[in-house]
Amino acid sequence: MALELRSVSYRYPVYRRLALDGVNLRVDDGEIVGLAGPNQAGKSTVCLVACGLAPASIGGELTGEVLVDGVSVRGLAIHELAGRVGIVFANPASQLSAIGGSVFEEVALGPVNLGLPVDESVARTRAAITALGIEELAERRPDRLSGGQMQLVAIASMLAMRPRTLVLDEPVAELDPDGRRLVGEALRSLARAGTALLIAEHDRELLASLGARVVAIDAGRLPVPA
Amino acid sequence: MLVAPGAVVAGVFRRVMVSAILVTLPLAIAVGLVSVFTRPGATVLFALGPFDATLEGADFAARVVLRLVVMASALALFGLTTPVRALIADLERRGVSPRPAFALGAVVGAVPALAARARDVRDAQRARGLDTEGTVLRRLAAVVPLAGPIVLGAIHQVEARSLALEARAFGRPGRRHLLWAPPDTGSQRLARWLLLAGLAAVLAGSMTGFLPRLP
Repeated sequence: MALELRSVSYRYPVYRRLALDGVNLRVDDGEIVGLAGPNQAGKSTVCLVACGLAPASIGGELTGEVLVDGVSVRGLAIHELAGRVGIVFANPASQLSAIGGSVFEEVALGPVNLGLPVDESVARTRAAITALGIEELAERRPDRLSGGQMQLVAIASMLAMRPRTLVLDEPVAELDPDGRRLVGEALRSLARAGTALLIAEHDRELLASLGARVVAIDAGRLPVPA
Repeated sequence: MLVAPGAVVAGVFRRVMVSAILVTLPLAIAVGLVSVFTRPGATVLFALGPFDATLEGADFAARVVLRLVVMASALALFGLTTPVRALIADLERRGVSPRPAFALGAVVGAVPALAARARDVRDAQRARGLDTEGTVLRRLAAVVPLAGPIVLGAIHQVEARSLALEARAFGRPGRRHLLWAPPDTGSQRLARWLLLAGLAAVLAGSMTGFLPRLP
């Protein structure tokens, strides 16, 4: 079991209403779970909670238990979780560092931040780039890529940190059909390699094409498998 | 004395001068008006209503503006000849925390994205009938509906980038092992030492009275 949310409730800072209310969710290694629901249903909040950014970085109040690799995330710093669970957001441009001179450097940023020796960082970066099939982009400037290519770089940047679980918040929402296809293929290949994937997504067609187990969320509750 | 030759050698003289003048222009106008018309002096150049424009005021304004242009030129030369990633790598190699350097780099790197967003917002507002051309007044009136989405979008983008960086262990304390170091040639090292020696000589000369006092 890579990721588990047990009776998780979460309230954003200054809000009175619960954004998540008693959510139970489990994602196993190599499994793709699709989180579907309307706007404001709580999909992005599940993603933020699952990777520890909420409440550790954005504040708020969390009850229940979030387990990553069987370990409770309570009290762990975000950088301690970074090697266990990664997150990819919808907008590819805003999640790149904006200072990487090349795609290789951009992907290497995570391993370097983890304080790994240079050899290890390079090896992880190469492996992540190969896993996503973007070798031909390695020397290109990240800000000169298409949206789909940028999103692949963002996913590779997370993969280079070797998380067992990858959380994706509407990863193809801002991509054209070609970008959607590229990202879809990459996600299928990641799941085959054993990465647990939790994908918040409007696009049921994408989830179906990935063979995802789809769960529906509404008003912060995960009622029944859809 | 040093900035102009440096800019010529680097092939960025024109861009340095244009950047420096554009940056200092608003301040220069304000300093010029205030100094020329309010600074007391014995030599009155001309009168404008109750205000006398004095030679002493013009002299003071010219000196202040020149200093501003020199400072802005030095900064422009630095910005145009130093890649942000090189600055970050070098600062970090010298033990400076990557956070401020990274923030600086992210700000500089985000400028093109912000400009692109501004263009998108402008085009979207134009498509809805907003007039962004024509007289100065019309253009000023068009700023209000453009500014909100651009500023909010920029804030959202900064938040998103900050979260993404956190998720990539950016907040981890401790030293990082960088993959790359900027080149540092013998001539660069020599130039640095010469600049430092020159600075020390100017300071010493000024303090001993050998050179004019520094302002």
